[in-house]
Amino acid sequence: MSQNMKKRLLDTKMVPVPSISIVPERDVNKRPVLETRHLGIEFGGLKAVEDFNITVGPTEICGLIGPNGAGKTTVFNLLTKVYQPTTGTVLINGKDTSGMTTEQANRMGIARTFQNIRLFSNMSVEDNVRIGLHNQIPYSMLSGILRLPSYWKAEKKQHEKALELLSIFGMQDMADVKAGSLPYGAQRRLEIVRALATNPSLLLLDEPAAGMNPHETEELMRNIIKIRDDFQIAVMLIEHDMNLVMGICEGICVLNYGRIIAKGTPEEIQQNPVVIEAYLGSQNKEGDK
Amino acid sequence: MKINKNLRSNLITYGIVIIAFIFCQLAISPDVKGITISRVMRNQLVPVCAYIVLAVSLNLTVGISGELSLGHAGFMSVGAFTGVVSASWLASAFTMVNEAGKTVPVMSNTLMLILSMIIGGVFAGLAAVLIGIPALRLRGDYLAIVLLAFGEIIRNLLNCVYVAVDGAAIKLALPLAGSSAPTFGQTAKVVIDGAKGTKNSVMSVAFNNERFIVAFVLVMVTLIVIFNLINSRSGRAIMAIRDNRIAAESTGLNVMKYKMMAFVTSAVLAGMAGALYGLNMRTVTAVDFDYNMSIEILLIVVLGGIGSIRGSVIAAVLLKLLPEQLRFLQDYRMLVYALVLIIVMLATNSPLLKNLLGWLGSIKSIADFGKGVVNGGKKVRGGALRGAAAVVGGLAGGVGGVASWLEKRQHALEAKADGVKKIDGKAGDAE
Repeated sequence: MSQNMKKRLLDTKMVPVPSISIVPERDVNKRPVLETRHLGIEFGGLKAVEDFNITVGPTEICGLIGPNGAGKTTVFNLLTKVYQPTTGTVLINGKDTSGMTTEQANRMGIARTFQNIRLFSNMSVEDNVRIGLHNQIPYSMLSGILRLPSYWKAEKKQHEKALELLSIFGMQDMADVKAGSLPYGAQRRLEIVRALATNPSLLLLDEPAAGMNPHETEELMRNIIKIRDDFQIAVMLIEHDMNLVMGICEGICVLNYGRIIAKGTPEEIQQNPVVIEAYLGSQNKEGDK
Repeated sequence: MKINKNLRSNLITYGIVIIAFIFCQLAISPDVKGITISRVMRNQLVPVCAYIVLAVSLNLTVGISGELSLGHAGFMSVGAFTGVVSASWLASAFTMVNEAGKTVPVMSNTLMLILSMIIGGVFAGLAAVLIGIPALRLRGDYLAIVLLAFGEIIRNLLNCVYVAVDGAAIKLALPLAGSSAPTFGQTAKVVIDGAKGTKNSVMSVAFNNERFIVAFVLVMVTLIVIFNLINSRSGRAIMAIRDNRIAAESTGLNVMKYKMMAFVTSAVLAGMAGALYGLNMRTVTAVDFDYNMSIEILLIVVLGGIGSIRGSVIAAVLLKLLPEQLRFLQDYRMLVYALVLIIVMLATNSPLLKNLLGWLGSIKSIADFGKGVVNGGKKVRGGALRGAAAVVGGLAGGVGGVASWLEKRQHALEAKADGVKKIDGKAGDAE
């Protein structure tokens, strides 16, 4: 694979944990933020994801890669309870999320962005972030309608907090712009801000660099690390841009045909023959992508 | 800045309503000679207020919450019938003997009207909770059809309800089909007489300025509730769910809760308007509240612009007064009414005319007026043409236009979704 992959922004020593995974050294004795056990889902007999086991440390940046159609987004949908798994469990901060709804999973501390951007496109940038703050700074419907003091207080707090979050990506000046009219890259960044507003302990990013130029990608990489450091949260990301994945991920998990085919540090993954075969095909099978 | 912009827009709407009210007051007042209003128009004032509330409340469901409802008249009828019953009950349960030795109600008509409106709203809200729990799980067209069915069930149910008040007692009968009408005894006063509808003996039907003031206050309360709701945490959640349900769930919003909140609020307001409407009439029958009325309210919302509250207010006034103004056309009245609707729909969608209006320095409300139609995209033209065919076929009203608009709307939305995918430029994973 390419030379660029050797350029690393992070330098973490990864250590194996008793379960079948690795976590950053600093997270070894802490409770993992995410743990899945034999997670799987079938769609009418087709096993989209099978026996998916992963442990993510509370401050880890973890990559999920694999060829198209490998089931990466399905894993995200399983973790966020958009799909209910047919086998196995997801533990967030040690708590079993079986039977929970997407909304409850979010309250447990799991937030995500989407591969095909899903902003509230008719609402302003600030209002998008305020939706993220919905459960963080609440007040009742009645105080909203009657404009009680609690309404004004909470609205002010929401406004301040929203601008503060937007400033991570330098977007505070765009607060009044309609989200749908933002440029593509800004929409992706806004999705991350909205997810962050829900105060997660694990942030799932589905192809955050899709459609970004190399310069923007590099900025995004720095910002992901900054978010991790400032908010002390774990980040799990799906990405096809190997510069990004190899540059910032501490642990990488490779998925093919719904199964994990390799787990390890970026260096290990780059040298893993099974991974190389999954991406490039073996020499024996011609035309197999 | 954005809040200020919203606030300004809201204040303009309040202002329009208040100015219209003051104008009506001047016109009604016998002391002011300059402005007058015909008796027919004067009698329309309270129903128009009721229709404004209905249209604005339906806009909360259709425009803000994004759920198509074809059963709004159902909630209105629940409000109307419970409102008439409660007014009759209040008049018969709390009585006193006045100086002339006659037994009269303790409460004034205005107070009874207000209480009845609240009771009507509560019952309509209860109906909305009952229907909303199963129905709001459905989406789009399916929900619309279930709500249409709900409206019909309510209509058929109310069609065979008999209610009488006897002192402080309320007597209710629901005879089986085919059996004769029940009797309630000598002292009882029948309030709802099955298919013959309500008997409003409490309030006079003649124009009553106090009632108009109450109606105006109801309109203002409705506007305040809707505007304050939209610009609050709950309202934003409702709009977020409309814009993208999956993203809303992933952001921690309880989708059912907020859909229900919008739906029930809308129904409560419709119930209050229904009670006002019912008590303004000598009699209303269940058949009055059929799906034609639901469509009529929806028509106001569509014409005024989906999601535009001010548009709903203006469209409600125009569409309720227009048929009255067209009375001189006699038999051709509804035909012309339908034509006017089609022309308005086409005109608000024509860039040429919009430019012309813009050039004339038109107020923004005119743009609002057509916004919903414009949002529907070019395909609306097909809808209006189909509406024209409906008129030729002798079907009065732009109902055909609305129906095909609804159909086209789905296509427009799908086309929009496709567009988004194209921009994405990716073959999306299964989501």
